Amino acid sequence: MDPARKRQIRLGVALGVAVLLAAALVYTSFSASTEAREPSQLLSANPGKTYELTGKVVPGSIERSGDELRFRVADRDGSRSLPVSYRGAVPDPFRDGREIILTGELSEAGTFVGERDTLITKCPSKFTEEAEEDPEHVVIDE
Amino acid sequence: MIELGSAALTLAFLTALYAIVAALIGRDGDRRWIESSRRAVYALCMLLTLCVVVIEIAFAGDDFSFNIVQQHSSIETPTFYKFTAMWSSQEGSLLLWAWVLSIAASAALFATRAKLREIVPYATAVMMGVAAFFVGLMLFAKNVNPFAGLDPAPADGVGLNPLLQHPSMMVHPPMLYSGYVAFTIPFAFAVGALITRRLDAAWIRSTRRFALIAWAFLGIGLLLGARWSYTELGWGGYWAWDPVENAALMPWLMGTAFLHSIMVQEKRGMLKVWNVSLIVATFSLALLGTFLVRSGVLQSIHAFGDSTVGPYILALIGVVLIGSVVLISSRLDDLRSERRMDSLASREAVFMVNNLLLIGLCAVIFWGTFFPLISELFTGDRASLAAPWFDRYTTPLAIVLVLFTGIGPLLAWRRVSWRSARRIFIWPAAIAALAALLLALTTDAASNPWALALFAFGAFALTGLAQEFWRGGAARQAVSGGSMAVAMVAVAARNRRRYGGYIVHAGIAVLLIGIAASSSFQTNRDVSLRPGQSTVVNDYRITYERPTASVNDRAFTFGAVLDVKKDGERFALLNPTRRYFRPTGTPTPTVRSFFAGESTSEVGLKAGFKSDFWTAVQTDISGIERRARMADERFREVMAVLAQRVQRDPAQAPAAARFARDVLDRTAGRVAELYSSQAPAATFRVIVNPLVSWMWIGALIALIGALIAIWPSAEARRRRVTSLYGARLGRELSRA
Amino acid sequence: MLELLIGAALLALVVIFVTAPLRRARQSGPIVDPEIADLEARKEAKYREIRDAQLDHAVGKLSDDDFRRQDAELRREAIEILKRLDRLQGRSP
Repeated sequence: MDPARKRQIRLGVALGVAVLLAAALVYTSFSASTEAREPSQLLSANPGKTYELTGKVVPGSIERSGDELRFRVADRDGSRSLPVSYRGAVPDPFRDGREIILTGELSEAGTFVGERDTLITKCPSKFTEEAEEDPEHVVIDE
Repeated sequence: MIELGSAALTLAFLTALYAIVAALIGRDGDRRWIESSRRAVYALCMLLTLCVVVIEIAFAGDDFSFNIVQQHSSIETPTFYKFTAMWSSQEGSLLLWAWVLSIAASAALFATRAKLREIVPYATAVMMGVAAFFVGLMLFAKNVNPFAGLDPAPADGVGLNPLLQHPSMMVHPPMLYSGYVAFTIPFAFAVGALITRRLDAAWIRSTRRFALIAWAFLGIGLLLGARWSYTELGWGGYWAWDPVENAALMPWLMGTAFLHSIMVQEKRGMLKVWNVSLIVATFSLALLGTFLVRSGVLQSIHAFGDSTVGPYILALIGVVLIGSVVLISSRLDDLRSERRMDSLASREAVFMVNNLLLIGLCAVIFWGTFFPLISELFTGDRASLAAPWFDRYTTPLAIVLVLFTGIGPLLAWRRVSWRSARRIFIWPAAIAALAALLLALTTDAASNPWALALFAFGAFALTGLAQEFWRGGAARQAVSGGSMAVAMVAVAARNRRRYGGYIVHAGIAVLLIGIAASSSFQTNRDVSLRPGQSTVVNDYRITYERPTASVNDRAFTFGAVLDVKKDGERFALLNPTRRYFRPTGTPTPTVRSFFAGESTSEVGLKAGFKSDFWTAVQTDISGIERRARMADERFREVMAVLAQRVQRDPAQAPAAARFARDVLDRTAGRVAELYSSQAPAATFRVIVNPLVSWMWIGALIALIGALIAIWPSAEARRRRVTSLYGARLGRELSRA
Repeated sequence: MLELLIGAALLALVVIFVTAPLRRARQSGPIVDPEIADLEARKEAKYREIRDAQLDHAVGKLSDDDFRRQDAELRREAIEILKRLDRLQGRSP
């Protein structure tokens, strides 16, 4: 076989392999992915299917009992909220009002149960929050 | 001071524009205009340095008339972190980008002031175009002017997030940005070379060095980010396939591909289109990385959503891509290959396989990172791919990459003689097989075949590289005698590109071995312990000795003293803690406010060559919070009484304020003591990471190798003698 | 008022610095012909290739025959470059 033909065959094989791999990649990614949903969208979702819940932690809703963390997540615009139960690592920035991402399923009881160690808390956009002003607080000026 | 900064920034913009114009006027060869444009670049550098100095002085001096200082620092912020606060802000990071670019451009133009005459004007125009873009953003886009002022100046600032108060934060963003920015230089010179149709040996030589420097900086940035994540954050991992992390990895992979394929172009005159495309892609990915951090397009820990600047950067990327495609297509004739590859059993062939693997790796990561957007396009739903998917599809590619990292150095350029070269593969292959066998028999490495394969290939690569040093030393020894050690150093010094590259390969092999071991054979356990209790993880006995608690005016620190024993002997005494910071910048001295601010994890880490013992603590502060609330009510009563007294007699104000602070301190102290005495159970996350230290060591080795490869060798002295070419060639070669 | 003074001072400094080359007479100093620069770079790259081949041979990746052939080819290519270089620099062999 002359070298030019050999080169063409090599090129053809390489391209063919690349196309096959790309197709495999595309196919598996659609089935391996989890859809992102906000709480209001999940209210009408199928229990048993894994979703990626995104939203804001409702202030005052965080409770800890043993190694279980319970809190409520609301839409970014604050409309509907959903109870969440989670076990696993809790990132440092996690607190009231922060945006979170959690992978898990909706249980029969309507609670979103998070998979272990999948809680991600976004770093706040303004790096620190102002503490709430205490209305009864008295300041003594120097 | 603000006026000085503002003036300097505006002048910088005009200077950048002037540099573009002057460079283009001088492109026909009028050296005065070229020199003038070069000076303008130097002037830009000085002006932007002035801007940075003004801002840092403002931070250091708590000048809250600067909006940037007020928003990202406070009186209480430690001095060291006042200096790093600049780049935690949008406008500060844009200034950093522009400043680093001006330094890099100045250095590049200084280095090429007597070279690449035709290319330099266009390269200058491109570099200054990008600089003008970033400076222009600061001047004209909304809310990103670092010299925005506040009138009247507030008394205190909002403060810096404690998560960012870590030494790595001083270095990680500037290093990462330096890496991104540094790729502007080879891109600019590639555009210049395309325009002037001078994609030749001189261009290759300069561009290679620029790309290697950029690659090294980006590598350091990635390394620091991983290190920070591992030692600072409470999850014990160093890589999460977060979109922003991926955005830094992709240009680094492309850069690696380029550094290899450019050598093929140098030797065979092939792959010209491929190489310029790689540079364009690398630079575009670097810009994309900059864009992703500052836009809310993808869900990421790092994505600080509210950015006004995102769309503009996207537009720049569009211009870069479209412009480059047009330019390359118009020059396709000049980019034809000069020669073909001689044989598949050559280094050139392995380099091309390496390129394909790296591009493949990049494509997988790109696909996974942008999948939420892609799926939204096709299905209307945003679906994302998590770390397991990335691991699954990058692991096989990484493993094959390690194999070729070992094969490449063993081959020769052009064509290897199989009969003689066969011998070269014997030792590495034997050691690899032996290593695999030993690991399978004596450890549980066989439970993870991917990891075992990587260890075997890694052993192959490292043996092959050691062999290269050995054989090179032996060859040198045969000629000039001396000890083997001296000979090895001598041959490496004489062939810095080759041996520097070998060291980089060794470093990468070690790095990947560390990653494989620490991710595949990690032990990860959560245990809940009361003081005095102990538990066993692997062969460590962990005892929760006692709780620790302390408080200062910045934060409460609650933690635990953990006694870790191995085989009955003291292995480590660790003190993981949780810090609860009071939100700064607001006059709300209550004890409870500490728990309304940020909290960070201080990790307990004992590193070792065989494995790392890592632990973080999750403290139960519910009991404390209740007490803190009660203490605050009591405190409020005291404050009310004090306020009345001050109203009646204002002269008592300072004393009263001091008394109030005293009471607060003592109350906080008592709350801290309460934690120690209550001693509730705490949850510990314990991770044992085998061989993870080798990851950091491997990265350092790779960087040293890069340094060796970058280091310029002594200029060969060429003497012109009129004689036959052959003899002259012989003479010159011996001096080269 | 202060802003104006500072701005003007900076502007003046930058302008003086940047336009200094323009105020000189147009000179035609030693210009490095890009062709020559390219050939010099090629020459160095070729020298490196020859040395690489020598090293490859010394460590056993190339047999004696293959090395002789490659070395001769590389030296031929190097001599070509030297010839072109000399021609451009107006020198006779």
